[in-house]
Amino acid sequence: MKQKLRQYKAWLYLLPAIVFLGIFMVYPLLDVVIYSFEEGFNFVTQSSRGTGLFNYSYVLHDPYFVQALKNTFLIVIITVPVSTGLALLISLALSSVKPLRNLFQTVYFLPYVTNTLAVGLVFMVLFKKTAYTDGMVNLLLGVFGVPSVDFIDGPYWAKLLVMCIYTVWVVLPFKILILTSALASVNPDYYKAARVDGTRPSRIFFRITLPLISPMVFYLVITGFIGAFKAYSDEVALFGTDLNAAGMNTMVGYVYDMLYGASGGYPSYASAAALILFLIVLTITCINLMVSRRSVHY
Amino acid sequence: MTQENVVFSGTAATDFSSQAKRRRRIRTSLLYVFLTIWAVAVLFPFYWMILTSFKSQGAYNSEQTPKFYVSEPTAENYREAFTAVPLARYFGNTLIFTIVTTALMMVVIILAAFAFARLKFRGKNLLFTLFLSLMMIPNELVIITNYVTITKWDLRNSFPGLILPSITSVFYIYLLKETFEQIPEELYKAAKVDGTSDFKYLRRVMIPIARPTLVTIAILKVIECWNSYVWPRLITDKAEYFLVSNGIQEIREHGFGRDNIPAMMAAVVVISVPLIVLFLIFRNKIMEGVSRGGIKA
Amino acid sequence: MKITLDHVTKRFPNRNKKIHSDVIAVNDFTFEIPDGKLIGLLGPSGCGKSTTLNLISGLETPTSGRIFFGDTDVTDVPAENRGVGLVFQNYALYPHLTVLDNIMFPLGNLRGSEKLTKEQMRDKAMAVAKLVQIDELTERRPKELSGGQQQRVAIARALVKMPSVLLLDEPLSNLDARLRLQTREELARIQRETGITTVFVTHDQEEAMSISDLIVVMKDGLFQQMGKPQDVYDIPDNLFVAKFLGTPPINVFEGTVRDGRLFLGETAVLPVHDLAMGGEPVGEPKNVFVGIRPEGFIPAEDGALALTLRKIEVMGRDTSVVASHEALTTPTLRAIVASDAPVYESDGIVRFDIKPSKLHLFDRDTEARIAFVTD
Repeated sequence: MKQKLRQYKAWLYLLPAIVFLGIFMVYPLLDVVIYSFEEGFNFVTQSSRGTGLFNYSYVLHDPYFVQALKNTFLIVIITVPVSTGLALLISLALSSVKPLRNLFQTVYFLPYVTNTLAVGLVFMVLFKKTAYTDGMVNLLLGVFGVPSVDFIDGPYWAKLLVMCIYTVWVVLPFKILILTSALASVNPDYYKAARVDGTRPSRIFFRITLPLISPMVFYLVITGFIGAFKAYSDEVALFGTDLNAAGMNTMVGYVYDMLYGASGGYPSYASAAALILFLIVLTITCINLMVSRRSVHY
Repeated sequence: MTQENVVFSGTAATDFSSQAKRRRRIRTSLLYVFLTIWAVAVLFPFYWMILTSFKSQGAYNSEQTPKFYVSEPTAENYREAFTAVPLARYFGNTLIFTIVTTALMMVVIILAAFAFARLKFRGKNLLFTLFLSLMMIPNELVIITNYVTITKWDLRNSFPGLILPSITSVFYIYLLKETFEQIPEELYKAAKVDGTSDFKYLRRVMIPIARPTLVTIAILKVIECWNSYVWPRLITDKAEYFLVSNGIQEIREHGFGRDNIPAMMAAVVVISVPLIVLFLIFRNKIMEGVSRGGIKA
Repeated sequence: MKITLDHVTKRFPNRNKKIHSDVIAVNDFTFEIPDGKLIGLLGPSGCGKSTTLNLISGLETPTSGRIFFGDTDVTDVPAENRGVGLVFQNYALYPHLTVLDNIMFPLGNLRGSEKLTKEQMRDKAMAVAKLVQIDELTERRPKELSGGQQQRVAIARALVKMPSVLLLDEPLSNLDARLRLQTREELARIQRETGITTVFVTHDQEEAMSISDLIVVMKDGLFQQMGKPQDVYDIPDNLFVAKFLGTPPINVFEGTVRDGRLFLGETAVLPVHDLAMGGEPVGEPKNVFVGIRPEGFIPAEDGALALTLRKIEVMGRDTSVVASHEALTTPTLRAIVASDAPVYESDGIVRFDIKPSKLHLFDRDTEARIAFVTD
């Protein structure tokens, strides 16, 4: 009897968590799959015309989705290597100096705690070309003789460029932090041993440092991939809410637009798109894990 | 084995050392240059938004080439930011949203983490595994149904609608459970022998001991709430319920006649300041928490 | 390769920012390590022995003073050009490389005319692996090896470039007691076979005494004494060295020399005369510290030294007598006598004669050794 009571009490402690997770995570998970197979689900009537792969086929043939897919992949392919590499360089530099290191570390972490939307607006102002002025960045480029270009409403490559720059700016603090602490946790005896052996700095880096921190690097690559595939707010910050019009939509943006907003009201399409995104992310994460398992040896 | 390996003359040795010293000095200087460049890249947007927020709209618009300084600083933009758009309202909404969400979440995760860490019940391992597997589920996947659910419950444009879906976090339950488990179980047994109730033990022993982790989690959640954009955007379309992120987007697209950049920058400064202040106060806690949790906002 | 330290001093800035004086890790060291010997650097933790090792390796540069390898001044030569091999306390084996790759790693640093082919590297690595008897394990990774095996890999990696000097930092302290005995013999064997001048650091006096050709005793950054282990044990230069060497430790009394006799408290225990400190005669009466090794007590029915018996511990081969005396600097002393020797006890008093060779006198103020002659 007492035992029963104890059991029941434990569940009482868990009740809030279970209720909220059940309603807002587990049920939606099942529901979204159902939605995605229901053709033409209607919000008002709560009914659909039938079931099938129609939603998937629609989404995959939607030029907006194709555009979003392309944008997302470009963001992933460009920003993940660039930001990881840059973070590695900065962390290495940071680890090899002593004075001012804390100050630099604090400054570098700042973007992590700022509102993406707010700072995105600043980036937009810096990159935008208006009737009044070419903008800060164009002014700088002008010094090097580069013709001015509107990065916000201009050609696709320019928009992509500023999008990638901003994304890298936003994700770097996290990566620098993780890599700096990974580097700090490498036993200094390894470096002493290497020094006594007369190891060249490049060899120390590629043969000792990099393998030793490789678990963290892989962790960052994996989370970086996942994060980049979910890119959305950064784009909204730069190009506004109507990303389709700007040609800068992402897959997550497509999902939300299907759900709500100017082109919204289609939860079935949104669900199908979200599941496609999830499958892509899942596949790539699995590949990543397999690669990392093969290259991280200890 | 022989020992004829070291061949060098005395003068060569001293040459080597001064040369090495010079090379080291150059290397260090280059490192600092590189670090400074990135620091400028990080700080420049902040500098620019503060700078611009003190320029008058007229002065700003007449700058064909943007100026790096402000000749006649004005606080007019800040007044404008609070009067022309309901910035104070966005601010207050965000404050309420952040505090309530964080507080509720702390209660929920503390209870759950305690149950997983110390209480015994059938199915504990299975349930915990289920919880962990939920960590892999991206928010994007469940947000669709949640949107439908909240709409169905008629909670759009309301605080409950904003708050409810984000008051559990599997990740934080996991983090806290690990912390709780590090508290020696002997303490729990001793308390049981003394006849202390579970709840009293949780309140009097566990929570005080785990306080550093609890504070870290709370701060991280506050940051997350303050910057949340997607869910509030879906669930609110009336300005009375906008949070700062949505507010800033609204301002960008409709406020200040779209061209009053200095006023926009003033609004941006206002909504950025609280978190930066929080960060500067809790710098070590936040950085340690983020690197320990390995979480990405 | 002979190693000479000439007035070497190393200061570190104080980590406690409130204290502006530097920490002196090594203070005015001068000694010479002869070629081809195994040398134990011995001292309590924090005495600067690891810093001394780092100075010899070149990982640290001295604040002042010079270091010579043979006749070459290497003070300003960076570590990589000194031709030293270094073994770390925790071995510092690269966890992601196999044993063979670990051993080959230093060879991969050679460039230009010294550059080796893959086969040459492998042959050399296998040769050292054989020397330290791990040639069966070369394809494993460090974490798959026992502590003793990892130790050997670390030694092999340090030896593969045939260094002129091999340096080991606390090489045995991470091993369990049984392995430690075995490994220290192994270390001595490897040193003998290679003939490389080897310096190792330890805080364990037994370890240092058992395998070293020479030991160097340090304390608080100061050189104390250098010599063959037995010589240092038999003729300690000062009270610290006497106390640091030997288990159980030496028993220390406060005593006085007057009228040609050594008094412990009120009783004279030994006739002594011709006291001298550093060659200079010392006048009487003289207050001294008296150190008597545990094995310096000979049970005697009419012995000069009367002690209050506390207890007798019979430990097989030996018997250890725990007793107290008013002049002791510690609450009790410990004397070791052969278990078949009778211990004469009456009314809780035990009596001993003292072996003069096991008794040492030290100045009460400077703690320096005082030589004496007995009858």
